[in-house]
Amino acid sequence: MIVFRYDKTYEGLLTAIFDAYFRKTFPDKLLGTDDIEPMFAEESFTVITQSDKAARVWKSLEKKLSANACNMLTYVWLSEEDGSDELLFQYIRKTVDSKRTIETNFADEVVLKVHKLAMKVSKERLRMIQFVRFQKAADDVFFAPVSPDHNCLPLVIDHFKDRFADQKWILYDTKRDYGFYYDLKTVTEMTLETSARFSEGKLDEALMAEDEKLFQQLWKTYFKSMAIKERINPKLHRQLMPKRYWKYMTEKQ
Amino acid sequence: MNEAILEKLKVLAESAKYDVSCASSGTTRKNIPGGIGNAQGWGICHSFTEDGRCVSLLKIMLTNNCIYDCAYCINRRSNDLQRATFSVSELVELTIEFYRRNYIEGLFLSSGVVRNPDYTMERLVRAIKDLRTVHRFNGYIHMKSIPGASEQLVHEAGLYADRLSVNIEIPTEQNLKLLAPEKDHASVYKPMSFIQQGMLESKEDRRKFRSAPRFAPAGQSTQMIVGATSENDKQILQTSAALYQRPSMKRVYYSGFIPVNSYDNRLPALKQPPLVRENRLYQADWLMRFYEFKVDEIVDDRYPDLDLEIDPKLSWALRHPEVFPVDVNKADYSLILRIPGIGVKSAKLIVMSRRYTKITGSALKKMGVVMKKAQYFITCNELPVHTVHEASPEYVRKVLTEKKFPKSKQTDQQQLSLIFE
Repeated sequence: MIVFRYDKTYEGLLTAIFDAYFRKTFPDKLLGTDDIEPMFAEESFTVITQSDKAARVWKSLEKKLSANACNMLTYVWLSEEDGSDELLFQYIRKTVDSKRTIETNFADEVVLKVHKLAMKVSKERLRMIQFVRFQKAADDVFFAPVSPDHNCLPLVIDHFKDRFADQKWILYDTKRDYGFYYDLKTVTEMTLETSARFSEGKLDEALMAEDEKLFQQLWKTYFKSMAIKERINPKLHRQLMPKRYWKYMTEKQ
Repeated sequence: MNEAILEKLKVLAESAKYDVSCASSGTTRKNIPGGIGNAQGWGICHSFTEDGRCVSLLKIMLTNNCIYDCAYCINRRSNDLQRATFSVSELVELTIEFYRRNYIEGLFLSSGVVRNPDYTMERLVRAIKDLRTVHRFNGYIHMKSIPGASEQLVHEAGLYADRLSVNIEIPTEQNLKLLAPEKDHASVYKPMSFIQQGMLESKEDRRKFRSAPRFAPAGQSTQMIVGATSENDKQILQTSAALYQRPSMKRVYYSGFIPVNSYDNRLPALKQPPLVRENRLYQADWLMRFYEFKVDEIVDDRYPDLDLEIDPKLSWALRHPEVFPVDVNKADYSLILRIPGIGVKSAKLIVMSRRYTKITGSALKKMGVVMKKAQYFITCNELPVHTVHEASPEYVRKVLTEKKFPKSKQTDQQQLSLIFE
């Protein structure tokens, strides 16, 4: 068994592919730098992440794959699911080795798996767009804490930047403890020092803007009065709006 | 904004909730510098009510006062209920503040008719004009055009709204007259054609000048109440099919009748709204819009009503065994679409993938085909267990409609057997 170690970054993964082709040996397993080596490993190679190598691999992928498929690879990476890096490695290897593009061959297991995982992330990305709830703070910043299963915050920034261009906002991932701040001009990545306070999903009342509570109350009232009691269907309700998002949603708090 | 508005919001949302239209799709609009909001072509649902319906727009009435007395409507003149009216500025502020918090995708504005149709329509138009011009709001706006409003006002509304709608409510004129004697279909079809005319003119103008204003770019929609009157599914679907012939009609909504005025004996007494029938009608509607089905393939004189036990596509397939089995490796896309258990997505995946390899049963399963249904209607690389011919349509129907034990009962049984052991 051949094992590659790398720093578990996207650039690192692309560098690993470069190195594999250069060495003409392909890993059976990808490990993080500090992971314990499995038994019976014949060979262990440590990848040193280099951005120029990664860029070359990405460039050649862009030549062989549609923009859509390239996006899909990024989505799979952001899924943070176990083994998604090995799946990407297999997909990229298939792409490089094949004369014509493989991206629409859904009868191939790897292609279908990549497609499905990317769809899963894309679904959660959409759910962020749907279910993020901003609360207006006293300093006029609109604040929204979230904790998605997949790391999909970077994928929704453009949407919110265009939509809420005339208000300052923060989108914050409490699970990964980082977020994005929009200051009416640009979006910057940031980490809050006091993020532990928002794990309940609510902004402290002392920090709220003056009529924030009223609007939250208005929204709750509206949400309640929209339901038609003759048609109540809790199972469908949870299916469409999974419970794990509720704690951040005003109408469900 | 103050606390008093809470009560108004409650009353006016209660009054608007029976309108089932909720889509926010069909227009893409970017934000403008200094403006707020944009619109996405595919629409975004921001929440779901406990009955499982999507909330994408602030669906609200300007007022629930009404001069009409329609039997099916909660806001009818003769009902003794709390009445409220928003001022234009209250409504506009509420929309903007809800939008800023990402609660909604835009506004769905309707209203009871006060004084006369034009008086009401004018105030609705003022609200959406304010949103667009004063607040530079670029989110989605759906406005209900008031039946009987003048062409001028409909035209002005189309300049600010993404979608305009006029509800048919009751599919046949005769039954509409029975439940809403003050209304007729002409007052619905007239504004519908104003809207269509406006859209076609704007399209023509934009061909010459790219900067010409857009008119209701997301088209128009309408709603029919199902189960309040005696129409069968054939009459309902034929009405929809005729409406879809119009180039501007994007959606027809079906609303299972909810007896909000149960004292009125012109209405049927129902224990439960006809939800299954409503669902089947939507499935039939999809077949017409996305699956290339004609209305008389779905319902005809022999089968004027949709089958409540099985979906309309399966029902069609069982009535037409001669079309099957279909070879998924060779058949046209449109024929693959007709196989029960295969949707638009998997049909596309199949057509794309078969250029590489022969498609097998297990590959179909992985692509998301519901093999439980599809297996009787296809041949792929392997031989199927048995097709609809060998098994007979009656058998297939029986297998697919068989009720399984509810989960709770199964566990009960298991516990019992454990005790007796």
